[in-house]
Amino acid sequence: MDKRILIGTRKGTFVAEKGAAGWRPRLAGHAGVGSNFVARDPWTGTLWALLGHGHWGAKLSRSRDGGVTWEDAPQIAYPVDARYIDGTVSGENAGSEGAQKRPSFKPATLLKLWCIAFGPQGRIYVGTIPGGLFVSADGGETFALNRPLWNHESRGGDLFAGEGTGTTEWFGTPASESGEFAPGIHSIVVDPRDPDRILVAVSTAGVLETTDGGRSWCGRNAGMRNDYLPNPEAQWGHDPHAIEICSASPDHVWQQNHSGVFYSADGARHWNLVSCREQGVHFGFPVAVSPQHGKTAWLVPGRSDDQRMAIDGGLFVARTEDGGATWTQLRRGLPQENAYDVVYRHALANDGDTLVFASTTGNLYVSEDGGETWQTAANNLPPVYSVRFG
Amino acid sequence: MPTVELTRHLYAFFPHLREAGPIHVAGSTVAEVVAALEALAPGFSFYVCDERGRLRPHVNIFIEDERIADRVTLTDRVAPQARLFILQALSGG
Repeated sequence: MDKRILIGTRKGTFVAEKGAAGWRPRLAGHAGVGSNFVARDPWTGTLWALLGHGHWGAKLSRSRDGGVTWEDAPQIAYPVDARYIDGTVSGENAGSEGAQKRPSFKPATLLKLWCIAFGPQGRIYVGTIPGGLFVSADGGETFALNRPLWNHESRGGDLFAGEGTGTTEWFGTPASESGEFAPGIHSIVVDPRDPDRILVAVSTAGVLETTDGGRSWCGRNAGMRNDYLPNPEAQWGHDPHAIEICSASPDHVWQQNHSGVFYSADGARHWNLVSCREQGVHFGFPVAVSPQHGKTAWLVPGRSDDQRMAIDGGLFVARTEDGGATWTQLRRGLPQENAYDVVYRHALANDGDTLVFASTTGNLYVSEDGGETWQTAANNLPPVYSVRFG
Repeated sequence: MPTVELTRHLYAFFPHLREAGPIHVAGSTVAEVVAALEALAPGFSFYVCDERGRLRPHVNIFIEDERIADRVTLTDRVAPQARLFILQALSGG
């Protein structure tokens, strides 16, 4: 099958294909509906779109004919007794010394479907706000909340069984554009060598790993630094914006974080800060990794967390080929004046040397030479949430 | 039986509900009407309610001219000849 780009936007799902005039997108479904993430299951060929209807809630949609027709899939729903700690309330004698604080619990309902990943033998993983990982073992016919992660000690323990530990390290923040004030899972990477090994990234908590197919999870935040907490080396409270691994060499893991760019050469057991502020490489949302070379990655940097837009009105992609020791700005073909594109965490993807990214200002850019040169494939799309090859 | 009318948006997701003409379903409470609509159109209730059965924040249900009072468990009574409207709430703008 020819290479295609699947595009999720605020106003529907688009597909871009390459013709005589180059890459051109077309509306492929869900007109008027927010399409957070669109991806193809490589084992079945089914396309999946993670929708946010606004009035009507989050819905999972699928196409078994390559995007010609779409249908509602079996829907993801939180168990009715699922809840999470969303803060603390003061007990009696509030304000006085020794005042007791107790956690406040919130019933969990599905606020957003944020990302989807695929494993062999019908395994499908969906990350959501408020922080639940849903897993299907039957190709998406049924999904269940992964309870070991939901009940993780960092989140307050098993709240199905009781009050848990009473504290959570998963900070509720506006984790996404539509302002759902709860933690969310936005990145899921399945180790191609061993599908029981999975990394997830949570805004705002950090990275967690399972090596037993989701029966247990542990934090993978050693070496991380944040610049917004009293303790910059706290185990939790990190704000990964996206993580990706090298498929041929999955111990190479990359993370674009709120507080910089981080790289791990040992499967996320230890992270190293590899930002290069002189090259504008620090803040941003997405990251892409070469499928062959674990030290090669691409970013679309933005100007600091207080601006979140292209640096000085000129858009560039940053590439490293040496594990972040040096970075190169790739600007050829990209607008260098009055460009204020913001590229969201899922809106950069690569398939070998073909790269694509798209912005909230509706621009779609493609490179077929590893980022050296870029062509503009569209200028007037709705704000783009995600691009993926498939 | 009560008559149900839907916002155009919902007919777009469940076109066969429009093709059948006016919707008449059994039910003496809003919850029973929604359950009856779910039987006619599987998946319908998750469009108007969350997984706990609560009306979604940006959805309104009217019985005749009155907005329902109980958005949590949908216990408002529905008279046998009542007209019930399921609409998206105006959220401003």
